[in-house]
Amino acid sequence: MIETPDTSREDAGTPRSGAGVSAAEVMAWFAREVLPMEPILMHFLRSNWRNKDDIEDLRQDVYLRVCEAAQREFPDQVRPFVLATARNLLINRARRERVVPIEAIADLDAMGIALDAPSPERAVIARDELRRLQSAIDHLPPRCREAIILGRVDGLTGREIAARMGISEKTASEHLAKGIYALTETLHGEVLPPGGKR
Amino acid sequence: MSDPSGEEAAASNAKDIGERAADWVQRRAFWTWTQHEEALLNTWLAESLAHRIAYTRVETAWNRTARVTALRSSGPVRRTAKRSWTSLMWVRMAAALVVVTAAGIGAEQYFKAPPEVTYATAIGKHETIRLADGSQIELNTGTILKTSHSASHRLVKLIKGEAFFTIKHDGSKPFTVIAGNHRVTDLGTKFLMRSDPNRLEVALVEGRAAFDSADGQAESPIVLTPGDSLVVSDNQIRTIRKSTQTLSDELGWRRGMLVFENTSLRQAADEINRYNNKKIVVADQAAAQMKISAAFPTTGVEDFVQLSHQLLGLQVERRGGEVVISR
Repeated sequence: MIETPDTSREDAGTPRSGAGVSAAEVMAWFAREVLPMEPILMHFLRSNWRNKDDIEDLRQDVYLRVCEAAQREFPDQVRPFVLATARNLLINRARRERVVPIEAIADLDAMGIALDAPSPERAVIARDELRRLQSAIDHLPPRCREAIILGRVDGLTGREIAARMGISEKTASEHLAKGIYALTETLHGEVLPPGGKR
Repeated sequence: MSDPSGEEAAASNAKDIGERAADWVQRRAFWTWTQHEEALLNTWLAESLAHRIAYTRVETAWNRTARVTALRSSGPVRRTAKRSWTSLMWVRMAAALVVVTAAGIGAEQYFKAPPEVTYATAIGKHETIRLADGSQIELNTGTILKTSHSASHRLVKLIKGEAFFTIKHDGSKPFTVIAGNHRVTDLGTKFLMRSDPNRLEVALVEGRAAFDSADGQAESPIVLTPGDSLVVSDNQIRTIRKSTQTLSDELGWRRGMLVFENTSLRQAADEINRYNNKKIVVADQAAAQMKISAAFPTTGVEDFVQLSHQLLGLQVERRGGEVVISR
């Protein structure tokens, strides 16, 4: 049964300490507890929101709410808390925009539970991680990929990358930033790369 | 940003912020980084929680790519960076696959069933039995079944409840499921069998199976093909065709879900009650006849109640272990 903390009230989660939590602690907690479930969150959002252009913003809103709540106190159960936050956000949006039919809202509950399944074997995760990394790098635009590989695999500096590729340092910067951002999306967000099974 | 209830919490430009964060990460990783840059980054991070979240997200992903570097140092590197990386990757992936395969064998042996066993699931539970021959039986809520296997035959008795069978066909060792007077003999199949008081349903998902009855209700065996759903009730046998979607919905419980498509509220409540000790009572006919299309977790009594209340505008009253819903 999913808990349904309503983030508009202060009762989301069980108090662990009365004091507020430091920004650094919140970020460490976010990286450790919340980010690993991003594939689930993204699957949830994509399955329940029609306008795919909104997904990235919705994800950001969910993270904001979750981290704002964590600044007061860490929730006990991270996964149900994050999914419930996402669900509440979608329901509020849906009500406001009057775009989502009844069954889709109801689906949110079902999704949360269905995805709350046991984790796959660690070995599978390790394999998927490598496959995902490979796929992520393979799918970068060619120049981005080249810059990232020169930097990450061959260990060149930005200046050396620019020289090797015969481009300006500014352009090298842009390729690297674009590549890193694309890798971030793939590594955290994708359910699985093509060929992977759920 | 301090008010989590308002939509103000939403920054509308997640992608922009993400790309800024990626730029900071690459600047730190590849370019001259002094206290000056550090201070600029800190200023940016201090501006908003959204910045800190985006940065943490990108940095965490980037740190994960450090394995690529690790791979490089663990083996020979060819001149073309991409190929060297890929080939080393395959070695690691092969190692991971071996682990997975070994784990699979362990599970198989663990589940080698003794000759005769009774399996039962409590209300709301869902269990999978793996038989020694590679066949698999998934038991839904409140189900009892018995398996017995001889050298020449594989036999399952469905005493009550519902189960999904994935049968490994073996011509020399037929697989038979018995429910009351009725019998399904597999010809290599996946099928669902549900035994309620006074009603039996067999739905075939894959392969073929033969159905017959000891008391001659079915005069000669009925051969079922995928999409066939056979229902025995009131001493009558009917076979109807069901779409893949309908069958998949009916099997939602295997994923912990109940799927309703234009289903009356009463039927939906009956269905969800199978899985829960807390029972939903639909008190009046007007409410009972309302139709819903929805999906719930099998444990989703509260979700069901919420939907009835918030979206159908029904009254909800709690009495002990019951939730009474009315117009």
